[in-house]
Amino acid sequence: MTYVVWIPFLPLIASIITLLFGRWYIQKRAHWLPCIAVFGSFLLAMKTLIAVIHGARASFDLYSWIIADTFKVGVGFQVDPLSAMMMAMVTCLSFLIHVYSIGYMEDDPGYYRFFAYISLFTFSMLMLVSGNNFLQLFFGWEAVGLCSYLLIGFWYQKKSAADAAKKAFIVNRFGDFGFALGVFLVFLTFGTVYYQPVFEHVHEVAHETIRLFGHDVLLVTLMAVLLFCGSLGKSAQFPLHVWLPDAMEGPTPVSALIHAATMVTAGVFLVCRCHEIFELSNVAMAVVAAAGTFTCFMAATIAPTQFDIKRVIAYSTLSQLGYMFMACGVGAFAAGMFHLFTHAYFKALLFLGAGSVMHAMHHAPDPTDMRYMGGLKKYMPETFWTFLIASLSISGVPGLAGFFSKDEILWSAFASVYPWGKLVWFVGTLVAGLTAFYSFRVVFMTFFGEFRGREVLHGHEPHESPKVMTIPLMILAVGAVVTGWLGVPSALGGSNHFAHFMEPVLGHPHFHLSPALEEHEHLVELLLMGVSTVVGLLGIYIAYVVYCQRPELQRLLPEKCPKLYRYLYRKWYWDEIYLYSIIKPTLFLARGVIQGVLDSACIEGTVNGIPDLIRRGGEGLRKLQNGVVNTYALIMATGAAVVLLLIYLF
Amino acid sequence: MIPISWYLVLSLVLFALGAFGFIARRNVIIMLMCIEIMLNAVNISLVALGRGLEDTAAHLLVFFVIAVAAGEAAIGLALVVLLFKKTREVHMDEFRLLKG
Amino acid sequence: METLVFLYLAIVLVVTSLLVVTNRNAVHAVLWMLVMFFHQAILFLTLDAEFLALVQIIVYAGAVLVLFLFVVYMINLRTELNIRNFHVFWPVAATVSIVMGVLAVEAIKDFKAGPVVGDMTPEVIAKVGHAKVLGKALFTQHILSFETAGVLLLVAVLGAVVLTRRIRFKGDEV
Repeated sequence: MTYVVWIPFLPLIASIITLLFGRWYIQKRAHWLPCIAVFGSFLLAMKTLIAVIHGARASFDLYSWIIADTFKVGVGFQVDPLSAMMMAMVTCLSFLIHVYSIGYMEDDPGYYRFFAYISLFTFSMLMLVSGNNFLQLFFGWEAVGLCSYLLIGFWYQKKSAADAAKKAFIVNRFGDFGFALGVFLVFLTFGTVYYQPVFEHVHEVAHETIRLFGHDVLLVTLMAVLLFCGSLGKSAQFPLHVWLPDAMEGPTPVSALIHAATMVTAGVFLVCRCHEIFELSNVAMAVVAAAGTFTCFMAATIAPTQFDIKRVIAYSTLSQLGYMFMACGVGAFAAGMFHLFTHAYFKALLFLGAGSVMHAMHHAPDPTDMRYMGGLKKYMPETFWTFLIASLSISGVPGLAGFFSKDEILWSAFASVYPWGKLVWFVGTLVAGLTAFYSFRVVFMTFFGEFRGREVLHGHEPHESPKVMTIPLMILAVGAVVTGWLGVPSALGGSNHFAHFMEPVLGHPHFHLSPALEEHEHLVELLLMGVSTVVGLLGIYIAYVVYCQRPELQRLLPEKCPKLYRYLYRKWYWDEIYLYSIIKPTLFLARGVIQGVLDSACIEGTVNGIPDLIRRGGEGLRKLQNGVVNTYALIMATGAAVVLLLIYLF
Repeated sequence: MIPISWYLVLSLVLFALGAFGFIARRNVIIMLMCIEIMLNAVNISLVALGRGLEDTAAHLLVFFVIAVAAGEAAIGLALVVLLFKKTREVHMDEFRLLKG
Repeated sequence: METLVFLYLAIVLVVTSLLVVTNRNAVHAVLWMLVMFFHQAILFLTLDAEFLALVQIIVYAGAVLVLFLFVVYMINLRTELNIRNFHVFWPVAATVSIVMGVLAVEAIKDFKAGPVVGDMTPEVIAKVGHAKVLGKALFTQHILSFETAGVLLLVAVLGAVVLTRRIRFKGDEV
């Protein structure tokens, strides 16, 4: 099974060669090498997946990275259902987005740089998911953060892009700090950072406690919560969610790849990989569920107010990631991974579709503003149909992928043994309605009605994107439909292949229904499915009414409840809160205190002050030499007198 | 018999006076005279000690001190004359060529 | 009796040296110094060192002071009377000298002579004379110093002459 090593390394090699030689040799043909490399990785990943389906497993070290007395870690690979699925998904999406970028980034001066970076990103993500120890996970974690920074700030001359890149990296840092502490704690507890021994022995420390700030907390709680901090950062959950909307400054393929399908899902991957630790701590599970639920709800309330098409989809991503954490928080890790899998396809499709629309609108000053779009379905039919399929999928329309994965989460929440399951179910269902509403708001505003952007396009008409962009859209649309069929639950007659596939790694959720419902388990599940479907369809209908039939209703909320509208439009004011509570004090501390006092006064004062003192001392001493002999005699006599005085005194 | 310590005290007082004069006066010639005072003070103490310890070496040393002092006075005054011829100035605080 | 003489001599010595140090007029200072030297010679006499007393008068009072007088007249300053004759920092100098003097006196005032070292007892001096005793020691034990002192004086003479001669070049006005 050692060929899995090539899965991350092919894109790495392509990236390095493109980066080194792209400027002078390859230029316009820079896309060939990365695309071929990623396609090769995809084929290998499929081969691995098939092998794993037939039962193959592997865990081996390629290279000893650090050997320091008791601390040993190496570059290692683990092949099991979880990592095989992730590798296959990442390579598939990465390849499709590479192809899409050929068209999207066509005239960009940094063409070769873009491909080098997304190949590098693919390498990083693959290292993250295929590792067999925490340190490799951490390496991949940081590397994807780096690539995210490079890619968000791809157009680095634009200040807003550079700022967004910094914001992403710094906010992630907060999470990574907790994550690193978690890894340290794992090492301290188990003496190793490899997954296998840690997960085997984690039951032994299930009841150990640590004294923290005067309270006894379970060791596993602390470990899980610290590791979860990393997820908060990487998957942009509350409170570290603020970077994801701003990350839309990057090119759209970047948003599709990194901020929809792969990097932001790394947080979910982490929780699922470490589920044995999380399951031992009710507190940690509650934290996960709470973070997921809150983010899900918050993002879903902000999304309907935004006019930037990419921002709406970004908040949609935040909300769906919340769903995944909600699933993990009620013990349904396989359901969370399933939603991750389906979400990757329809969210990437939504982003790439938006990119296609932006490509058509690129003469406008702000190509993302939906207020200048409309009626595009007759100009861009292929984009329209694929976008529609993705929106139907995310809204949970039965038969499409989103329906199966979302309903599995909702059912697992409702039936969960954890006490917060019902609340999670309720919020999830509510948000499903909101999701449908804002997703179709985008569809109706962009593709239906009259085209509102004639002036901003200076008379040009929008046109469909080239084949190299629309073919990946179509392939993803197929995925958005079909991937759901892997997880058809038994209530509907399927055998939920996905969950069974993941079961050796992720276990199965624990259900607890009240005895009355226990008998009619399947009925309850179907009932819940019906509820969420109705809610979804209701959301679509309301969107249709507001945005197609009676557009004057759009002004209902801004006029009737302006404060609420403003609160939602300004993203619940989190950016402002962070600015005043964290950023300004830190800057004050850094510039005012440390730079002003410590640096300027103390260090500079000493470094400048000592030579200054010496100089002034020297100058002062120089004044003694005034050329008059009598002065010298006086000094000599004074010296003699002082000596006599000292002898007399002592 | 007068105790030797009296002579020594006298010698020290004269020496201190001579030192004060040497440091504080501006006129070069007076400075040289103050040097002579200091040397004489030393002579007094040497003679007293020679008498007290009954050693000829002390008195011989006085002899040599007188000789050297005379020679030194001669050279010193020659230099003063030269200086005066060059600058027409005998006050020490006007000579600041060594100022640094 | 001896004490009185000593006291008189001591007081005069101190007073005259003070006058030398503080006098505005250089000629007056030289004359006061003459008085001082005479009294010092008498002091030597009271210490049974008659040869040294005479040497003091001959060399110091007779030669050195005359030299000083010559130079003073050559310089011929009349403006001494109007300008300050001490440096600005004379209080400091006074303090330092006083401190030095007081401390040294403190240290030395209880000096007790040790045992007798040499052979110059008052009886010997009374018998052969101070000059003979000194001469005997000088020309036998300290002959090298004597010769060196002679050379030194020769050098001094030459130096004085060399320093003050006028350099004549060909065609210069004298």
